[in-house]
Amino acid sequence: MKKLSVFLAIMFFCVATVFGSDLTAQQILEKVDNNFLAENHVSVSLMIIKGRRGTRTIKAKSWTQGVDKAFTEYLAPAREKGTKMLKLKDELWIWAPEADRVIRIAGHMLRQSVMGSDASYEDFMEDPRLTNIYKASLAEADTFAGRPCYVLKLTAKKEGLSYYSRKLWVDKERFLPLKEERYAKSGKLLKIIKITEVFKTGKRWYPKRMFYKDALKSGKGTEFVIESIKFNVKIPPYLFTKSSLRR
Amino acid sequence: MMKFLIKGLLRDKTRSLAYILVVAVGAFLTVFLFSWMQGVMSDIVAANAKFDTGHVKITTRAYADESEQMPIDLSLLGVSKIMQQLQTKYSNMIWVPRIRFGGLIDVPDKTGNTRIQGPAMALAVQLLDPNAPDRKILNLDKALVSGHLPLHRNEILISSDFANKLGLHIGNMVTYIGSTMYGSMSIYNFTVAGTVRFGIIALDRRAVITDIGDARLVLDMPDGASEILGFSKDMQYNDEAMRSLAKAFNAAFSKKGDEFSPKMAALSENHGLKEYLDLADSYGGMFVFVFVLIMSMVLWNSGLINGIRRYGEIGVRLAMGETKGSVYRWMIFESVVTGIIGSIIGTALGLAISYYMQVKGIDVSSMLPNSTMMMSNVMRARVTPTSYYIGFIPGLAASVLGTMFAGVGIYKRQTANLFKELEV
Repeated sequence: MKKLSVFLAIMFFCVATVFGSDLTAQQILEKVDNNFLAENHVSVSLMIIKGRRGTRTIKAKSWTQGVDKAFTEYLAPAREKGTKMLKLKDELWIWAPEADRVIRIAGHMLRQSVMGSDASYEDFMEDPRLTNIYKASLAEADTFAGRPCYVLKLTAKKEGLSYYSRKLWVDKERFLPLKEERYAKSGKLLKIIKITEVFKTGKRWYPKRMFYKDALKSGKGTEFVIESIKFNVKIPPYLFTKSSLRR
Repeated sequence: MMKFLIKGLLRDKTRSLAYILVVAVGAFLTVFLFSWMQGVMSDIVAANAKFDTGHVKITTRAYADESEQMPIDLSLLGVSKIMQQLQTKYSNMIWVPRIRFGGLIDVPDKTGNTRIQGPAMALAVQLLDPNAPDRKILNLDKALVSGHLPLHRNEILISSDFANKLGLHIGNMVTYIGSTMYGSMSIYNFTVAGTVRFGIIALDRRAVITDIGDARLVLDMPDGASEILGFSKDMQYNDEAMRSLAKAFNAAFSKKGDEFSPKMAALSENHGLKEYLDLADSYGGMFVFVFVLIMSMVLWNSGLINGIRRYGEIGVRLAMGETKGSVYRWMIFESVVTGIIGSIIGTALGLAISYYMQVKGIDVSSMLPNSTMMMSNVMRARVTPTSYYIGFIPGLAASVLGTMFAGVGIYKRQTANLFKELEV
């Protein structure tokens, strides 16, 4: 009987772990953070912007270190080629070859869209570690694209965030937020993000293709496609300095 | 009888002076207020036409729907072809392409770092061609405060107040930071060629004027324009003609299913300007009505008092055999004479003050520091042909009406009692 009890307890633990039913909202959010964030990574991505006048594709290479440092260089099309962006903590700098000036993006400029996409500079400036800035609570489980999901409701821990609340559909097995809705304090829906294709790299699952839609903007949304990504590679420290923008 | 009445008017000042003064004041106010409102309204309409709407404006259908937000992503493309068609088909009009866009002007310090930034409202017009019509329409030569009009690419004009705020001088380099028509970040350097002042708060606060060729490059908008403005060659706005032109153009070129097909709108169809035009038209009638009403009541009252004062005179005239109708008619005739004299004095005074205000005006810039309306800082009156006669309408009408109401008492006099009344 004792053996049976131990067996049942072990079985329950295994089942609970597999289906994640014992996880709290905060633990699920931590898993999402851990899945997304790495010590550093270098990626080449495409931004396919579906505007009212047609589709444009922008290619960029990004170097990211932790949550505070990121450097992006635009590779295509010709008009954007050579434009560079540097994020250092809560500061964002941009350099355009035509003007040869390093300009800090601040204030209302942060709300502008990045290269005409449905993402704003603010989206890139927020702390990507969601557990740092949001309180999570669990809602009734759901499925998205045929995959069982936890539904998390996030509420801002502090004032001044771009999005007061978010709703995440987190894949129960891969801990990827397959769908996300971002809301203003008034409850107005501001952004919808969907992961439409994923890939496995090492032990983590990562989005290959994401769809971003600014709910307040006309147009058919923006697709982000990761062409390649390498985690935990060595990035030279000089890259995260303002002088590297002009190189 | 005429001689008797004129002598009466000249010798009995209470019979004429009060009437003439009331009529003169009413006529003066009518003429001055009418001319003032004409001036203010026509200034608003002219400023809007020159800087914003033209006499007609062509945009894409999508742009027209969101024009308040200046959505450059919805601008017209293939503008050369449209301009060619317009110049051939509507050669009696002046056509100018323009781009209206916003952004930041960033001023660097000696090391190239940002010293100061300010939000700019940019207007791109054909600047480099010395014969371009927009140089005249926008009165750029007169508006120039310092420096010169742009002669080369990447040269801009900046409003004098904005330049002072940013500490800019002629020849300084500034960086424009904004978005292309596709939403990408756009960063370009310009040189300040000159400073301008248009005398319109909304423009002078943060205007930047650039050549349309430069703007097309900055905004990634080859052969594009956010709008094409049309002006009649005499620069006089004729609402009916412009509305029918817009209707004909839209029937020929605008396609309902295509949000990027061109759409023309007359000045009065933009930003509620129809209400302004209607208001300007109705002001004359409103002033006449109000002053006729007020002055009639005042003159009616004066007539009643006068009737009591002239009780004896009217009684004697009736006793001598003059009919009540005749007395009544002659009193009206008297009021016509005083009305004309009062109207002439009031109109002359009203015209004189209106002319003065047409030349000098009143500077209201300190009262409207944050105005976004396209209107001149200096409000002026405008004397029109109507100003010369509008004062006579309330002047005469009120005078005659007042006397007619007051004079009704004559018909209530009992001839049988006259001698008894006159015994005193």
